[in-house]
Amino acid sequence: MLAFIAQRIGKAVIVLLAIVVLNFFLIRLAPGDPALVMAGEAGAGDQIFLAQLREKFGLDQPLPVQLFLYVKGIISLDLGFSFRQQMPVSKLILDRLPATLLLTGTAFAISLAFGVLFGTLAARRAGSWTDTAITVLALIFYATPLFWVALMAILLFSVTMDWLPSFGYETVGANYTGLAHVLDVGAHLIMPATTIGLFFMATYARMTRASMLEVKRLDFVKTARAKGLRDAVIQRRHVLRNALLPVVTLAGLQAGTLVGGAVLTETVFAWPGIGRLMYEALLQRDYNLLLGVFVVCSAMVLAFNLITDLIYRSVDPRIEFAA
Amino acid sequence: MRQFWRMMLRNPGGLIGLVILTIAIAVAVFGPLLFPTSPWRMVQRPFLPPFTLAGLPLGTDALGRDVMAGIIYGARVSLLVGLVSTLAALAIGVPVGAAAGYFGGRIGDALMRFTEFFQTVPSFALAIVLVAVLQPSIVSIVIAIAIVSWPPVARLVRGEVLSLRTREYVQAAIVTGQTNSWIIWREILPNALSPVIVLASLMVATAILLESSLSFLGLGDPNLMSWGYMVGAGRTVIRQAWWITVFPGVAILISVLALNLIGEGLNDALNPRLNKDGR
Repeated sequence: MLAFIAQRIGKAVIVLLAIVVLNFFLIRLAPGDPALVMAGEAGAGDQIFLAQLREKFGLDQPLPVQLFLYVKGIISLDLGFSFRQQMPVSKLILDRLPATLLLTGTAFAISLAFGVLFGTLAARRAGSWTDTAITVLALIFYATPLFWVALMAILLFSVTMDWLPSFGYETVGANYTGLAHVLDVGAHLIMPATTIGLFFMATYARMTRASMLEVKRLDFVKTARAKGLRDAVIQRRHVLRNALLPVVTLAGLQAGTLVGGAVLTETVFAWPGIGRLMYEALLQRDYNLLLGVFVVCSAMVLAFNLITDLIYRSVDPRIEFAA
Repeated sequence: MRQFWRMMLRNPGGLIGLVILTIAIAVAVFGPLLFPTSPWRMVQRPFLPPFTLAGLPLGTDALGRDVMAGIIYGARVSLLVGLVSTLAALAIGVPVGAAAGYFGGRIGDALMRFTEFFQTVPSFALAIVLVAVLQPSIVSIVIAIAIVSWPPVARLVRGEVLSLRTREYVQAAIVTGQTNSWIIWREILPNALSPVIVLASLMVATAILLESSLSFLGLGDPNLMSWGYMVGAGRTVIRQAWWITVFPGVAILISVLALNLIGEGLNDALNPRLNKDGR
């Protein structure tokens, strides 16, 4: 078990290093001299300043040396400097990370819980009116762009009904404390989290339904029925438990999409997370910050994949902890 | 082929999807002939509500541009980007997957590690970085979408090739001394075609969603009107003018839905052994 975890962590570190190398070459894909790009961000382009920048960031060194310096910097958690915001990239990201984790975590919990619930309901009454309704709704939400769902939610619940706040993390200037603060953040969280959640809910519902229908036909379910077990027990212990395996796999694979969803939703709802930070970096063409966010997002996805991998193996004892 | 159409026609979802897609293609091809005015031109006062003037059924946006014309011209961009980037993704994924499956061993392992790497990287974030770094244009958007969407193709093709390679007719081709490329292209790939077609139709849908998301964030081609751009531009004035964001979004939703329905219809028609009960 420990050997397995160690091996997986080792693999994740290698992938992360590969992403860092990819990042290094990406910034050099940008047209023009990176020093000029940075100088442009700083708002000055004279020769002395350019030479200083080249020296400071080792841009006058040969490419392999530059790569080495870049990787070394990232290992010591130095993601570079954002000239636009006049702050180290790692500090900017760390400030915004908790908000994103709260948002994506809530969205993930909502989508998995309701997705599995709706998928189960549809599978249990396959062919019924409930099944058709759930299937059609899942199909629609699966096809709807996230940013548009977010805007429609604002239009409906903020503009028309005036139920929920349309932007931000908390009410500015209210200075709530204790429970009032939690409720305030919660009210701001509902719409963005549900927006991301709906898309994934649709995915998980479709997957759960298909998977349950498949498991239902298997022999061990017939055996359980022949033993005279109650239907509810069969559904829960035999069918659902086995049907959840592909859903967990899918959930793990979709961590990357979840991050993408965060970029769009945080942009629409002005949620102060790293997705919004990425959008700001994009607007200002702040490449250091943009690539820094990209590295952190990738690291988050790798960590998430690792966790689902472990959960997967504990859900299904048939899979051994072998390499 | 006739049986294929019969299966397809028996599937109501697939049929609806096919009808919608045909209409969308017709709009993209012939629409600009009916609306010769550029969608960027100011035609009326700004914020004209929909259904008030006969010539402008969907109203105008914050700059007095015709929303209907924008949607019609946007159909071209969405469908074109969806199709071309999917073809580009197939052009990367099919050879990688075929080589990995056919040669196996070290080469196959290395290719699959490479594929897994691209599957692990958060795709939308990578697409954003790629378009931002390469500068937004229709070419960079197509490249970015292709780069983030080829891995599933490679994995699928590899799996198909792995199972087909052991078939007797392939062994026979090897024994008769055919070249590897002949065997792969003429003997194996044609038989692996149907799952690839299903996947490709779903990929076109995903590509349209990706393109609209990129344009929404301001990474669209600055010279082409697209649905995502329209939603992004209308976002700041959503309280005054709902129609500017609502209609382009509906256009995206309908096209993506149609493609997904077609994908499922194709899946049922091409793989009749699977999905026996009511899927």
